[in-house]
Amino acid sequence: MFEVYGETVASRFLLGTAQYPSPQILADAVKASGADILTVSLRRETAGSGSGGRFWDLIREMNVKVLPNTAGCHSVKEAVTTARMARDLFGTDWIKLEVIGHHDSLQPDVFGLVEAARILSDDGFKVFPYTTDDIVVGERLLEAGCQVLMPWCAPIGSAKGPVNPDALRAYRSHFSGVPLVVDAGLGRPSHAAAVLELGFDAVLLNTAVAKAGDPVAMARSFAMAIEAGRLAYEAQPLEPRDMAVPSTPVLGMAVFE
Amino acid sequence: MKVGVKGAGVAGLALAYELVSRGVQVELLEKHKGLSASASWLAGGMLAPWCERESAEEDVLRLGQTSIGWWSKVLPGQVRHNGTLVVAAPRDTGELSRFVSRTSGFTWLDADALGALEPDLEGRFAKGLHFAGEAHLDPRQALTALQAKLSESGARIKFEAKQFTAATDLVADCTGMASQDTQLRPVRGEMLILHAPDVSLSRPVRFLHPRIPVYVVPRDNGVFMVGATMIESGDRGAVSVRSTMELLNAAYSLHPGFAEAKIIETGAGLRPAYPDNLPRLTFSGNTLSMNGFYRHGFLLAPHFAMEAAHRIVKHLQEKTLEANH
Repeated sequence: MFEVYGETVASRFLLGTAQYPSPQILADAVKASGADILTVSLRRETAGSGSGGRFWDLIREMNVKVLPNTAGCHSVKEAVTTARMARDLFGTDWIKLEVIGHHDSLQPDVFGLVEAARILSDDGFKVFPYTTDDIVVGERLLEAGCQVLMPWCAPIGSAKGPVNPDALRAYRSHFSGVPLVVDAGLGRPSHAAAVLELGFDAVLLNTAVAKAGDPVAMARSFAMAIEAGRLAYEAQPLEPRDMAVPSTPVLGMAVFE
Repeated sequence: MKVGVKGAGVAGLALAYELVSRGVQVELLEKHKGLSASASWLAGGMLAPWCERESAEEDVLRLGQTSIGWWSKVLPGQVRHNGTLVVAAPRDTGELSRFVSRTSGFTWLDADALGALEPDLEGRFAKGLHFAGEAHLDPRQALTALQAKLSESGARIKFEAKQFTAATDLVADCTGMASQDTQLRPVRGEMLILHAPDVSLSRPVRFLHPRIPVYVVPRDNGVFMVGATMIESGDRGAVSVRSTMELLNAAYSLHPGFAEAKIIETGAGLRPAYPDNLPRLTFSGNTLSMNGFYRHGFLLAPHFAMEAAHRIVKHLQEKTLEANH
């Protein structure tokens, strides 16, 4: 359970809705994940006038909170327009903000991101920014009005897992008290467990489940890993040491701890 | 026994054909002027059940295999039995491994074997997959030939019509997105037709990419079909710039000869799909519905048409028996 924008969210697993073999498998995966928040891409699914009506209905029937996203937007203007369309369509002021800087790597354009976050926050949106692990950018986003940060741990869809755990650790300790969601780059449940162990509040992922051989089983597996990672964080895991430490007292020798 | 079939896409035509072969009198209604309004008109025409298994249910592989024999038998000479080639750009070879883990019925090709199979692609890819059991056809030729065959065998086909000329014992709805079934959703697909006389391919080539997988299907006379996007949308509007760019990029990465190709047609249509992306055959009273072929019209229509025709004949025989008692 964690809080974001004054709302309590039960599951620490936020799931994307793209690229599943079928809407039926998506629905089954959502159920297996236990996710309370689903992110939905607006751009493509609403190309032109004929909105993805039936697809929306299927998502609404899942009885979860929808976090629309601006995936695929390459400019501030595009992202802001998409966010406003999403607010009308879904009746929510939540928006996962993506401003993509590079077509190939899908790296966020952090300058455009901060600008769009400010415009949308001023307009009453609750912005969930997809950002890098750069702390200064994170500060600027908070300043722009964001109350949650969503750093990547590797490029979108790369399935690499945390490529720079030190940066994530520094990010967590710098932003203590701010809800942090690792968004993008997770490939395996162990990756999710690893970032939860670092104290991140939640993870958001899509491809790792949608493109798995069995998306439903993978959703469940992630849910278990996320729970395990959080529990481990709360149980305060040992810090690594450079030398061996005997786990049983050695008889007849003084113990100075 | 007289059956009315609505919709002259691949499902309606295949069903009409199966009914006529069983001696049933058929009238086929199509509300548009010709065959070109159907989603089938924009299809790739790949009979590729093994490749489709990558993202489709086991049923597609199981039931789809029927299609290769069916089309070869019904339209002799139209099916090319050259298999399918699957390749990926060097940096996306991980996609090939992913594809392999989901599919069967392929052999690995090294650069030499690939070049021997498709000389135009020689030296362009270090490895690829060959699904030798697969086939392809030209959907427009196939639909036109099926229509001609039906007319020859005495079926009545009416275009721009909404009413059957005479009373029917049963009506089969094969109208896809035009049917009233609220379970169906549209999945928009966009495609291009290119004329590239400098490029020669003998079989469909699937070009894997983590975000934008595309295929190129050769037609006659240097013509290629490049498809297809998959967008959860009911928009019937023209192809978008983004989609065109992605499709052209992929074609160009496959073979630089496509740079000089002419874009002779762009198309966008709506695939009818149920939530599980599998077709459904449902009976209710004297109405049958056979819809939801999604991206598998040419692949699955033969199986479903045979099954539907079988059930229709049985149903009508039982009715006749009842009436005689």
